[in-house]
Amino acid sequence: MNKFINFAAGFLLASVTTASADDLPKLTIYTYDSFVSDWGPGPAIKKAFEKTCNCELNLVGAGDGAALLSRLQLEGIRTQADIALGLDTNLTARAASTGLFANHNNSLKNLNLPIDWSDDLFIPYDWGYFAFIYDNIKVKNPPKSFQELIMMPDDFKIVIQDPRSSTPGLGLLLWVKEAYPDRAAEIWEGLAPKILTVTAGWSEAYGMFTEGEADMVLSYTTSPAYHIIAENDETKSAANFDEGHYMQIEVAAKLASSKNPVLADKFLEFMTSNDFQSIIPTTNWMYPAVLPKNGLPDGFEKLISPSKSLLIPSGKAENVRSEALSEWLTALSQ
Amino acid sequence: MAYSTQPIKLIHLIFGSSAFALLLLLTLGTVLVLWLNADIKTTLSSSDWSIIRFTVSQAIVSATISVLIAIPTARALFFRNFKGRKFILTIMGAPFILPTIVAILGIIAVWGRSGYISEFISNFNINPLNIYGFTGVVLAHVFFNIPLATRFIVQGWAAIPIEHFRLSAQLGINTSGISQHIERPMLKSVIPGIFLIIFLLCISSFAVALALGGGPKATTIELAIYQSLRFDFNFAKAAQLGIIQFSLCAILGIMTVLFSKPVQFSSGLDIKIERWDRTHFRYLLFDIFILTFVCLFLFLPLLSIFIRGIIPIFSLPNTVWIAAFNSVLVAIVSSIISIGMAISMSGLIVRVSHKFPITSQTIEIVSFLTLAASPFIIGTGLFILIFPYISPFTIALPITALVNAAMALPFALRMILPAMARAEKNYGKLADSLGMTKFSRFRIAIWPRLRRPVGFSAGLAAALSMGDLGVITLFAPVDVATLPLIMYRLMSSYQISAASGVALLLVSLSILLFWVFDRGGQLEHNIR
Repeated sequence: MNKFINFAAGFLLASVTTASADDLPKLTIYTYDSFVSDWGPGPAIKKAFEKTCNCELNLVGAGDGAALLSRLQLEGIRTQADIALGLDTNLTARAASTGLFANHNNSLKNLNLPIDWSDDLFIPYDWGYFAFIYDNIKVKNPPKSFQELIMMPDDFKIVIQDPRSSTPGLGLLLWVKEAYPDRAAEIWEGLAPKILTVTAGWSEAYGMFTEGEADMVLSYTTSPAYHIIAENDETKSAANFDEGHYMQIEVAAKLASSKNPVLADKFLEFMTSNDFQSIIPTTNWMYPAVLPKNGLPDGFEKLISPSKSLLIPSGKAENVRSEALSEWLTALSQ
Repeated sequence: MAYSTQPIKLIHLIFGSSAFALLLLLTLGTVLVLWLNADIKTTLSSSDWSIIRFTVSQAIVSATISVLIAIPTARALFFRNFKGRKFILTIMGAPFILPTIVAILGIIAVWGRSGYISEFISNFNINPLNIYGFTGVVLAHVFFNIPLATRFIVQGWAAIPIEHFRLSAQLGINTSGISQHIERPMLKSVIPGIFLIIFLLCISSFAVALALGGGPKATTIELAIYQSLRFDFNFAKAAQLGIIQFSLCAILGIMTVLFSKPVQFSSGLDIKIERWDRTHFRYLLFDIFILTFVCLFLFLPLLSIFIRGIIPIFSLPNTVWIAAFNSVLVAIVSSIISIGMAISMSGLIVRVSHKFPITSQTIEIVSFLTLAASPFIIGTGLFILIFPYISPFTIALPITALVNAAMALPFALRMILPAMARAEKNYGKLADSLGMTKFSRFRIAIWPRLRRPVGFSAGLAAALSMGDLGVITLFAPVDVATLPLIMYRLMSSYQISAASGVALLLVSLSILLFWVFDRGGQLEHNIR
């Protein structure tokens, strides 16, 4: 028994992380998991910022964007976080209403977004378009609109994500709603037979697609860039839809409770600088919010450019979501 | 049901009730925390009720099919001696610990539109299979749970003293007679519990049910809980749904305790079993058929995981190995805690049952609650409790080990409680009359009869912990990861091939841990 107690105590102690010995100020950023992973932008960004800030950058992964916001709501003003990075425009209204965030002092002048951006709290760092990805060897004539997708042969199947648990899933919901404000329910009824299944998260859906289970999967127009650049594989393409494509703009903001407000401002400034922005395209596989000096990496020119950018203003997104969600549930539950 | 007439001692009260209190805190406690922290109160809508209906119906069908297939499988595995039998029993630990995404990809590799079966039947111009819908959900749940049910029922057979079969052979009792007098009473005592466990596992399924269920029709209560915690930040609704899960558990738990009749086998001499009936060719053919069928059903998806992962597993990044170390450490610690809790609670239940049968039954039912508990609610509830005092990041691994231990407790208790009750009944009085006390009494009279179930449950607890991605997501800082967590991080960075390597590593390590513990329990062969 004693042996066991010693072991348990050792285990407990071993897992308690000790505070760093040096006295550098520490900036804590809560973000989503894939941002901090070894294959995401996190490690390179930490290195780049620590070169100039004379501080320690502490990146914390908290699930996805929605989980990140819930986490901050749970922690309230006692949170360790100085900055939240990884919310999108569908969440910013809810985030703003918590009162947890502070105004930034960024002029937002140098942003290169397809739309105008003005927001006192949130600063964009990257953006992308939702799109259906297909294998251009297997699918020779991909649908060019939701209407055409509905008219595809019976055995043409897509995999989408659930808007109740996934960010791209919610993006598609708002995409259909913004493209067809009065006919969204009808479009979903038409799409229903094409939907092979709905997954809880992006990974399951994308995995099923790469296994050849479905002809198209909901992802981003930038997804083929990963396959082109990292895998030298040009067989994945995004279908360009005539209705336009719904945008996801990813943003960051300073917490009002931050104990390092100056350092936090410094990071937000760094976030729209060339050093940060040039890391984004090939690590987060999204478009940078500010075009890097050397332009986009080779391979990005092969991506589709949607004819129209769709986005529901963040203030309206929450209301539209609940209406669109019940239309979606009704259409797909029949 | 009275298991024993042993007196209740302080040590049983202390250990048993602290284990019990911990369970209550993790289950009902965390729901209560959410309820108290809710800003708004809500009521359940009609769509919530259809979610509940779907959840319950798929769980009942899945549990029934799993058990029905597991009974002949367990019998064949227990009585037939053939090469590879042990291998099958060990690999059977695998399906049910698979992280959801691995399981989904494994199942569609066999049953999907472009899976092995669809490819094969396309040679005969048959359209590819479409499993998405109720079928897909049940298929997946049966895949997860047949092995579990089989292993539990095998233990049931192992508990029948060999003398019963010898006597039957001497008396010339035929197979149906043996079935009626020996096997059916055993099954009646084992099946309700395992049915309840599978039912509860199917209720708390979420990503698998959705992905193979073909759409929002296949929404389970667990998804609704996830949605209310993550997207809507609606604690009241999460708490309500959590309570519904517990109520379902309580109703079925009470039925289980009422229906499951403890068997009154007398004690035997603990020697190896053999069957003198069932030698007919007909039975052999049936056993071969059922084993082939079950093995193909279970092992083809695992084979696809092996094929996908075998090349990437050799080029995994270093962080994966650190995560593997964390996972194994957490698994071992959580399995030790789980067994400790199960033995303490069994000790208490066995002793309390004589004087206070209702109390002992309540403890038994409450122990099932962790299976009905949503990992999201436990995680969030604990987070709220802990956050004001300690940074959750610093205790990510101990918390994960503790919660995983509680999650594995129902399995361990189901295994250990009957074994302890039997040991107390058969050897307890003898031990007392020989003047054995305290630890030596436990070591000599009780422990040898617990070894096998303890080994099995420890293996199960360790494997279960390896595959878990529940609380760790809420607590883990970037530099502390477990294998399932790192696999998800890889997937979401498009590293699908590396993720397949991690999946294979995860499955292999889980099977290895399961094997080590399970073997450990069987080292002394003369004692079953």
